[in-house]
Amino acid sequence: MRFERREHPSTTLNLLAPLGAVLAALIVAGLLIAIAGANVFEAYGLILKGAFGSRLGFSETLTRATPLILTGLAAAVAFRARLWNIGAEGQFYVGALAVAAFGMIPAVAGLPAPLAIVLCLGVGAVAGMILLLLPLGLRLKFGVDEVVTSLLLNFIAVLFVSMMIEGAMKDPLAFGWPQSVPVPDNAVLPKLMARTRLHAGLLIALAMAVAVWWLQARTVFGMRARAAGLSPRAAAFAGVPLGRTLVAVACLSGGLAGLAGAIEVMGVKGYVTTDLSPSYGYSGIVIAMLANLNPIGVIGAALFSAVMFVGADSMSRALGIPSYIADVTVALSLLTMLVALFLTQYRISR
Amino acid sequence: MSLLFDILSSVGMWEAVLRIATPLIFGTLGVLLCERVGVLNLGIEGIMTFGAMVGWLTVYSGGNLWLGLLAAAAGGALFGLLHGVLTALLGLSQHVTGLGITLFASSFSYFVFRLAVPTASSPPTVEPFRAYPVPVLSEIPFLGPVLFNQTAPTYLALGLVAVLAYVLYRTPLGLAIRMTGENPHAVDAQGIDPIRLRIGTIMAGSALMGVGGAFLTLAAFNSFFPTMVQGRGWICVALVVFALWQPGRALLGALLFAFFDAFQLRLQTVVDGVPYQLFLMLPYVLSIVALIVMARRARVPQALMQPYRRGER
Repeated sequence: MRFERREHPSTTLNLLAPLGAVLAALIVAGLLIAIAGANVFEAYGLILKGAFGSRLGFSETLTRATPLILTGLAAAVAFRARLWNIGAEGQFYVGALAVAAFGMIPAVAGLPAPLAIVLCLGVGAVAGMILLLLPLGLRLKFGVDEVVTSLLLNFIAVLFVSMMIEGAMKDPLAFGWPQSVPVPDNAVLPKLMARTRLHAGLLIALAMAVAVWWLQARTVFGMRARAAGLSPRAAAFAGVPLGRTLVAVACLSGGLAGLAGAIEVMGVKGYVTTDLSPSYGYSGIVIAMLANLNPIGVIGAALFSAVMFVGADSMSRALGIPSYIADVTVALSLLTMLVALFLTQYRISR
Repeated sequence: MSLLFDILSSVGMWEAVLRIATPLIFGTLGVLLCERVGVLNLGIEGIMTFGAMVGWLTVYSGGNLWLGLLAAAAGGALFGLLHGVLTALLGLSQHVTGLGITLFASSFSYFVFRLAVPTASSPPTVEPFRAYPVPVLSEIPFLGPVLFNQTAPTYLALGLVAVLAYVLYRTPLGLAIRMTGENPHAVDAQGIDPIRLRIGTIMAGSALMGVGGAFLTLAAFNSFFPTMVQGRGWICVALVVFALWQPGRALLGALLFAFFDAFQLRLQTVVDGVPYQLFLMLPYVLSIVALIVMARRARVPQALMQPYRRGER
């Protein structure tokens, strides 16, 4: 068996790859559901019903997709420049924590709401940036691979959050629960649908996807980031300032992940806990890959993950299949996507 | 000062060092094997989780402890096979494949665990490996209980360091493995299939990772619960760099690391007024420091992360 590189990878195949990958992941997950003793079609029916079947379910799916779009974008912009940012989880948490800390400044509560919201979002994004600039700095200065450092920083970040919400930022009115003081009312994102959790953060996430697309497709920065990812040496030879480009990419990527945390705390929960993120940061990696690093594709991939997570919760309640099946399916779709991408680039011959 | 002395002179502290180091030794040797053959295996975190779950499940459903370790090794090898096929045969991105395997293996473990134990407020425990005092040797004052009153898997881990060092540096197989990590084209020219060798070595390395995970459930915590691996896998990846890809140094790194971990655990109980989270951060901070210190000196296997495809350069 040999693999031959396709001379002209077809656009159709590129578009079919994520669909095939998701289908393959759903088939394998279906096998697991069957082994667990449930009717596969009933289970998938219930997942779809849970995610779309009611006003509440649909709003939950969109609410869940919001941080996933942002962490997916964070991974996509970084991976495109071959900056292995695996630290979105930590960046998410420091983003959220920074917003809560910023809200503790007495003057903030007196600001007009739009200004307070914009400032809080900015603070969250900057916190995320800083957390990613750390491992990037280590890479540029000392040649330390950023994969492991950004991963390890996730654990440090969550411990730091835990320290703050049990210490200096603890809410005295929370009956002893470890949670941060709530963000001030004027920094809470407005709701998009009454009596649901869906908030304006979704619009911000969608706008970010379009903005990132524009940055990557239409600006010098986008071209440089891509060149740095494809071949750093060639890019440097062509006059791309590698260090500066990577710093800019890191600011964008870390900023998006921090923004995700800020939006989650300002839109959904109102205060920070250590279970604010059901691994949104790690799911972002899957979403970016499923989208083949395309910012607009990230929206679709994030929706798929959100449907799985929200739908599996209600399916799990009805059939007793562990809701971890959603995590399994989403993780599987990353592996199947890798294979699908391979098949778009190579053909198998004997 | 006398406080520090009390901690450092206690047998319990040094006994704990070896115990804490054991899963790290297995994991670090596993990563080391994979990287020596030229493949970064970021699947370790998930493979350790899976090993922990499978080992626990085997014993929980009536199997013997050694069968549990064996099952964990087999499970690890299976994920290694998946990793090998994707990275060595298909030449896919080693970063993304590894992360994918970590995400898949850990969520799959949680899924199976929840199926086996649908409702339980506290995770069910198993009867773990007991300390096995080596006759005569364990009676040496201080050193005896520290070195020779450990569980069987700890002895196994220590023995493995020697075996692995011997295989890597003194056998034709070891030479082929190291050479594949440096220059797979040269290996191919010698008539050895570098892709097969890579897949086989990744399977062996992943089996070790699985055993490392199983140690957590079968000798340390006595039960399985989600997120129990807590980044130990990533720490092993950092330790391999610290060890400069040498088994002996890997043991040293794991011991040094375990020393700080055991030390901070004891310090936590006696030092007042410092948030415990700062102590818990220490292992991760140390790993980053180790990476910074060693990064300049690191002589990375030359073909690490470079897929080998025959006829392509």
